[in-house]
Amino acid sequence: MCGIVGLFLKSPALEPQLGALLADMLEVMTGRGPDSAGFAVYGAGDPGRLKLTLRGGDLTMIAQALGDVASAEVRDTHMVLSVPRQDEERVGAWLAANRPDVVVTGAGQRIELYKEVGLPAQVARRFGLDSMSGTHGIGHTRMATESAVTTDGAHPFSTGQDQCLVHNGSLSNHRSLRRMLEPQGIRFATDNDSEVAAGYLTWKMREGASLAQALEASLDDLDGFFTFVVGTESGFAVLRDPISCKPAVMAETDDYVAFGSEYRALAGLPGIEGARVFEPEPARVYAWERH
Amino acid sequence: MAVVDLARTSRRELNRALHDLPADTNETLWRVENPAGQHALAAGLNAPVTVKIAGHAGYYCGGMNQRATIVVEGNAGVGVAENMMSGKVHVRGDASQSAGATAHGGLLVVDGNASARCGISMKGVDIVVKGSIGPMSAFMAQSGKLVVLGDAGDALGDSIYEARLYVRGAVKSLGADCIEKELRDEHRAELRGLLDAAGVGAEVSVDQFRRYGSARTLYNFHVDNAAAY
Repeated sequence: MCGIVGLFLKSPALEPQLGALLADMLEVMTGRGPDSAGFAVYGAGDPGRLKLTLRGGDLTMIAQALGDVASAEVRDTHMVLSVPRQDEERVGAWLAANRPDVVVTGAGQRIELYKEVGLPAQVARRFGLDSMSGTHGIGHTRMATESAVTTDGAHPFSTGQDQCLVHNGSLSNHRSLRRMLEPQGIRFATDNDSEVAAGYLTWKMREGASLAQALEASLDDLDGFFTFVVGTESGFAVLRDPISCKPAVMAETDDYVAFGSEYRALAGLPGIEGARVFEPEPARVYAWERH
Repeated sequence: MAVVDLARTSRRELNRALHDLPADTNETLWRVENPAGQHALAAGLNAPVTVKIAGHAGYYCGGMNQRATIVVEGNAGVGVAENMMSGKVHVRGDASQSAGATAHGGLLVVDGNASARCGISMKGVDIVVKGSIGPMSAFMAQSGKLVVLGDAGDALGDSIYEARLYVRGAVKSLGADCIEKELRDEHRAELRGLLDAAGVGAEVSVDQFRRYGSARTLYNFHVDNAAAY
């Protein structure tokens, strides 16, 4: 069992509240996943710069060493490094050479991605989620069943720039998919099955598929139970497996699209009384894009 | 009328108060405000009272109900009225998966749609869905009646025993051992009674429905299949 929440704003007026709304949704899902939590927020971004979310020990030392090219903001165990696009490779090479212990949890123009072991409310508080603004965000509360309670095993997973995925369920063919994807240049940081689903979508989108098309194709290629919520720089999508094994409920108003594993997670959203509340159908891709 | 505001009172206190009601209670009308999708609301009741839930309910609302009437003035989550024995549960919005699962008796009415596995393993309950139902509904249904004014999803009535299914719209596919059967006068009368009980007027004619049930070919082991094991 795990909990998923997602919020995709249509109204810019709500953007300063995105983190606060997402934090509340995440905390309500504690019962579904008290082991660890994580979230991705699509906030401000500059087309000329890359944001790298780093996780590891002594991150300030990195900020100092790269001080001539990068600006940094530390949040608890994570740090967001903002790097000019032309220095992307140089910074990547420096990190690989000097700090192989550091994990890049997410990278892109706008994504910031945080995850940690602990109760969802504590995780949200440690990273200051309630003060973050953005256009959309995705969160996950994990109850580990197949692998250890570690930060590595926490969601979301990001395998491509500005992409992230959260998963409730389990995949049965992730080993063979991994063997197919690795020669295609898709790199994985963990042994987690959900990361393979993220990598599959990254691969499909790299080959030219839209987010919706990539999810459509996953229905043929992924075997197992899943409810996915996926984010890209401009998109937000939901897919459930063909027998709708894992729960999902959505709410849509003129101001937002919201996803929750249970309605409880949506009950505190503004205007929920007038929202269209519906259960996404199995094997049907639901996708929204910002224009 | 007793009003319980779940923004101030816990769900456990609500259910305890409802469980403690004697059979001859005068407190027969309850209203539950701010349900906010909480689980197990008004579950396990055993008194002839009416409980109105003013909003969306979470999982297992009205589960194990006996004699009570429970009205959800919104959507209901997974397993509404699961294992109901008697009484009535009325969902004014949509119902999530496994509505009326394993229920033995009573009436479940859903004004909107019900999603996957509606009436799974039903054992005597009557279910009327005014919208459509999702895939794998009435799976291993044993007894009772399922009436659907809209459409039914894939694999309706898979491995069904003796429940009777009445569907007005399209059936995407029938499950193993589920077949269409003749709609005879006794079925028309039964169906009319169920529609009346669910508040469906005469504008919906029983002749718009088709009846489905068990072909009874899975009841006994076929020796021809022995090689499959």
